[in-house]
Amino acid sequence: MAKITLNLISGRTIHQGVAMEGGKEKDLYRKAAGIIEMDDSDFKKLGCWKNTNVRVTSPYGTVIVKAQETSQGPHPGVGFIPMGPWANQIVNPNTYSTGMPTFKGVPVEVEVAMDQPIILGVELVQKACRGEL
Amino acid sequence: MTKTVTDVVCPFCGTLCDDLEVSVTDDGKQILDVYNACAIGAEKFLHSQAKDRITRPRLQQPDGTWKDISYDEAADYTAKMLAGAKKPLMYGWSSVNCEAQSVGNEIAETCRACVDNTAAVCHGTTLIAVQDIGLPTCTLGEVKNRADTIIFWGCNPCHAHPRHMSRYSIFPRGFFTGKGHKSRKLVVVDPRVTDTAKMADMHLQVTQGQDYELLNAFRVAIRNEWLPDVVAGIPKEKIIEAVTMMKAGRFGIIFFGMGVTQSLGKNHNIDEAIAVTKDLNEYTKFSIMPMRGHYNVTGSGEVLAWQFGYPYSVDLTRGFPRYNPGDTSSIDLLNRGEIDAAFVIGSDPGAHFPISAVKKISQVNSVCVDPHITPTSGVSKLHVPVAFNGVETGGNAYRMDNVPIDCRKVVDAPEGMLTDEQFLVMVRDRVKKLKGVA
Repeated sequence: MAKITLNLISGRTIHQGVAMEGGKEKDLYRKAAGIIEMDDSDFKKLGCWKNTNVRVTSPYGTVIVKAQETSQGPHPGVGFIPMGPWANQIVNPNTYSTGMPTFKGVPVEVEVAMDQPIILGVELVQKACRGEL
Repeated sequence: MTKTVTDVVCPFCGTLCDDLEVSVTDDGKQILDVYNACAIGAEKFLHSQAKDRITRPRLQQPDGTWKDISYDEAADYTAKMLAGAKKPLMYGWSSVNCEAQSVGNEIAETCRACVDNTAAVCHGTTLIAVQDIGLPTCTLGEVKNRADTIIFWGCNPCHAHPRHMSRYSIFPRGFFTGKGHKSRKLVVVDPRVTDTAKMADMHLQVTQGQDYELLNAFRVAIRNEWLPDVVAGIPKEKIIEAVTMMKAGRFGIIFFGMGVTQSLGKNHNIDEAIAVTKDLNEYTKFSIMPMRGHYNVTGSGEVLAWQFGYPYSVDLTRGFPRYNPGDTSSIDLLNRGEIDAAFVIGSDPGAHFPISAVKKISQVNSVCVDPHITPTSGVSKLHVPVAFNGVETGGNAYRMDNVPIDCRKVVDAPEGMLTDEQFLVMVRDRVKKLKGVA
């Protein structure tokens, strides 16, 4: 199966904001933040349909999210996961002595993982902390 | 019958909109609708009315289930945890009013804790840059009335500060900006074609992580010196055009966000952005302002600064305040495993810290004070739900331009629930007894 390399950034979307205030244990939060927004050209390179579950892996971890066509593009080569527990499984925790982790600019690999589930936000963090992922 | 509460302050983002109207039932117990707010702000008010809301403190059992306890028991647990810890971390404070922050700082001093707010993962690097070279800034009122050149650098207010543009920066008709958005030029610098970028007169789609290079090129262009053909993915003609537009305005402002604070370069990106602002003041009036996230993260910085001298990442373990981001900052403390207790209030590091740091919180004794169920509450030993600040209790908060605004109470909290401040006072009194302080 094909793999592509992207430069990952994370950040706010209004959908993530609304879902977060509506309850991080809810399904809406997973739908809003358990996603990766990718450019159309990157979908073609990966060879997968839009709205397919994918595994995103960085040197710091791995996570399953839904690949969606970006609404704020084009941005070929750049992947965007809204801020939240899914993005934070794979961001670079190094602060380089500034106190600030490197949330933007993380090299990641994306591959299709159609049969893998996207875990709810609170559960994802609990499982990660218990070492069950 | 219903009644309407006017001039309500929104406790979501640093824009701190103060023109909301909330319709409530006659007995003042239930919110029916919210007017003038953005989608996120409205959801914050409406979610406080959720029927499945947790209203009592609960202790996590070894099998992962929860046991309800009283606020007194919760305060005992928290005080014992903080007083007994060698290096506790007290993190959050950004969705808490200034009065409660001040009580929290008293506890931190008594327990010799490390205190940090959400600037740690937001504008912490901005604060370092401000300490490096200062900040030529202004208030949002001045932006509304005077600014005719607006730069959004690495921020996306359409999504993160949804009413910022309509209240202050783009659309309002101010004293000297009577034509609203027609009298303003908008430049957006972002690696994505964000919804904000789609509105701009000029969008510079910078190569991600090369903001420093582009800011530096701006400084070169301002001085009319030689530039390479392309810098950070932007052709030099476009850089010169942007700089010419910035110089031509009567009053300009750079708003910047996580795009520069969280990308590599960090505080040095902001150093350079502030230097661009300084350089532009040779030609016209220019200001710069960080787009602060949580509604009172600015207030937390203010309270920490006037009580301890530093705006975040304060380490009180030696009995006096020390400040050294990278050493005394939460993420580094957690990643190095130096913390033996975690007290989290008014924020959600479980969702917004890298997972390596969250794992460290889950491995020590931990208390989460938050009205919501969050990933942090999910991995904490004790979850203390409290009244929603700005909805069920008032208190002071600071807007992103450092203007203090008093929030309004709209409805009562469910019966028997305490506010952050009330719970913190209970903990403070117990901590002082345990520590033998009068």
